[in-house]
Amino acid sequence: MSTVNDDNLSPWDESFDRRSALVKAGGVGAVLALGGLAGASRATAGSSQNAGKVTAFFGQFGGIAEQEGIRKYVLKGFKGDVDPVFAPISNPTLFVDRVRAEAKAGKGNIDLLIGLHGDFVTFQNEGLIRGVDDVAKQIKTLPPPLVKIGKLGTKTQFYVPHSQATYVMVANKDVLKYMPKGANIDALTYGQVFAWAKAIRKGTGQNRFGLPASDTGLLHRFLQGFLIPSFTGGFVTGFRSKEAVQAWDYMRQLWQYTHPQSLTYAFMQDPLLSEEVLLAWDHVARLKTALDQRPDDLVAFPVPKGPKARSYMPVIVGLAIPKNAPNPAGGKALIRHLTTIGAQAQILSLTGFFPAVRGQLSKRISPGLLAEAAAVRKQQKAPDAVQALLPIGIGAEGGNFSKIYRDTFTRIVRNNENIQTVLKEQGDLLQAIFDKTGAPCWAPDPPSGKAPCRVK
Amino acid sequence: MTTIAQETAPLTRRKRRWEGLPYWLILPTVVYLGLFFVWPMIQGFGLALRDESGHWTTSAFQTMVDDAAFGDAMSFTFLLILVIVPIQFVLALGMALLLNAKLRGAGIFLYIFLLPLAISDLAAGIAWSAIFTERGYLNTVLEGVGVLEQPFIFLDPTSKTQLVMVVAAAEIWRSTTFMMVILFAGLQGIPRDYVEAAEVFGAGFFQRVRHVIFPMLKPSIQVALLLRLIFAFEVFAVVIALTGSGATVLAAEAYKWQATNENEHVAAAYSMVILGLSLAAAAVVLVVLRTPRERRLR
Repeated sequence: MSTVNDDNLSPWDESFDRRSALVKAGGVGAVLALGGLAGASRATAGSSQNAGKVTAFFGQFGGIAEQEGIRKYVLKGFKGDVDPVFAPISNPTLFVDRVRAEAKAGKGNIDLLIGLHGDFVTFQNEGLIRGVDDVAKQIKTLPPPLVKIGKLGTKTQFYVPHSQATYVMVANKDVLKYMPKGANIDALTYGQVFAWAKAIRKGTGQNRFGLPASDTGLLHRFLQGFLIPSFTGGFVTGFRSKEAVQAWDYMRQLWQYTHPQSLTYAFMQDPLLSEEVLLAWDHVARLKTALDQRPDDLVAFPVPKGPKARSYMPVIVGLAIPKNAPNPAGGKALIRHLTTIGAQAQILSLTGFFPAVRGQLSKRISPGLLAEAAAVRKQQKAPDAVQALLPIGIGAEGGNFSKIYRDTFTRIVRNNENIQTVLKEQGDLLQAIFDKTGAPCWAPDPPSGKAPCRVK
Repeated sequence: MTTIAQETAPLTRRKRRWEGLPYWLILPTVVYLGLFFVWPMIQGFGLALRDESGHWTTSAFQTMVDDAAFGDAMSFTFLLILVIVPIQFVLALGMALLLNAKLRGAGIFLYIFLLPLAISDLAAGIAWSAIFTERGYLNTVLEGVGVLEQPFIFLDPTSKTQLVMVVAAAEIWRSTTFMMVILFAGLQGIPRDYVEAAEVFGAGFFQRVRHVIFPMLKPSIQVALLLRLIFAFEVFAVVIALTGSGATVLAAEAYKWQATNENEHVAAAYSMVILGLSLAAAAVVLVVLRTPRERRLR
């Protein structure tokens, strides 16, 4: 489970994040105020009946400021008595564990689950959640493709999509002049990003391209969901392919023009604000502060395209109801409330997770977030875009799965080992995970049916 | 004869009762240590040496040793100890002597020296990373006074020397006082008569330190080095905050295997290695700096 949860902010990450503590102290107030403004007039939709006592279990948004904002603003205006419970981000497995434990004990306390797509795959596999088709049909503002993902490949709607996040690129406007001639910022290629990073070094005398490569950064997501699938067309099957060798060779060369302090960066918003880095890639929630504070100096744009695709990793948060919920009607009422555009705008202000529902966002949302939203939309709509979903079905091996990509990075890029040798050895470790868990391939890898995914 | 026996009998009985008292007094500590240190330690051994199904195995240790980060963590931990502990010891001794000289304003020194002790290691690491980062305080000052034209990248993971220097600077700042406090307490326990006697016989400052203070301070030095070395094997937050994934130490790897890779067995194996090294270091200090009973004060 941690494989998916580490995409969210965690207090652990934040505590290492030297400037964000200060920045946040100033920023949180402003963000909360924004949320309040946007929500005061709008977050009142939903049923007019009182929903009674509703226990909502959040597997996401567990940061202190996020919790406070959700209590104060998002849940305000809901007709009912909501008891929000947040899974500690330091122990993300607790979200799944508690739902399982309640099912085992035969007595449920939770009426609504707020979790990631991957969590719901686990719950559905174990028969812990019930269908929510009726609510999903009532909410007309949900885009059908997202609704379909919530069916988890079945005919039943198991979760209602709530919000989403992904990763984008951000550049300081000062370095736009170094962008390769003829390149379109909304449709860059990996080659152009490399040329750009190189030109920035030439122009500024320093490597100013940055990646979040510290232990708490999300570099492994860049490798898993962006770079490798863009070159090979998949996560696992092409791990040792010729194209993968190309991708790693690309990474090795790009590293020559990457800021050496990248190995200490967890959130790219900090070096972007201090201008140590002028061109970066990261999770939207980890770029939010920079875009909020300096919307006029920074520009957000879609990730680049490789020889096979413009691969990006979506992060989908959904709403589901446990089978043994004591107040399922209340849970459904809360789903309706949380999918109003007002509540979704507040979530965006608080967390940087974008609304799943269609609708006009309030102009009072900060310009930085609007810019980020625009980049995300362009990325989703790009004709060559391919979604690389987070690994599912590998359970507790999720941590190992990411470690393989990071170790491969360390050995090839930092220690300059032979690419083929490393891919051979790490590929064996990767295969071992699938042999152990029996997990089949997932998009964008070609489907392997019921058989475990195979590294070719 | 009988009268004497009658008189002494209750005395010995009373004496015997008092002899047992110390053991009763340390019982709570023994129970506490047993419950919160010895038992978890045994469980740690169990975790490190057994797999999920409870079979005895060394596979966790095998995974640990085979992992690329193991060698790096081991060498960086030792490198840090080799650089930090000697410098710290000399500094701490100097600071303690300075305080003990009872100069005017020595109290203020003590407060200044004690400040870093009040700060958590993680906070210290973050503060030092704000100093050393490329757009940090140090570069701003150096550029301001014209020493540098372009900011210098101190936190450059391609240079192990730089990383060691940076972490050493932060660690020395943070924990030298800890050694100083122990040495200062030891210095205060040395009767002034000895030092004054040496002075009367014409011993200079360094001779007094070398031949009078140093030998009498040996038990304190032993304690200070013992504790410092044990803490050095546990160094974690400062390294993480300053070097990110640029460098790693044993405790950081233990944390990573538990939190990120979700493998408690390998994490426990790392803990056992740290425990073993701490014990070995403690044994070395105890043997090398042994003070024979007859030469101890009191």
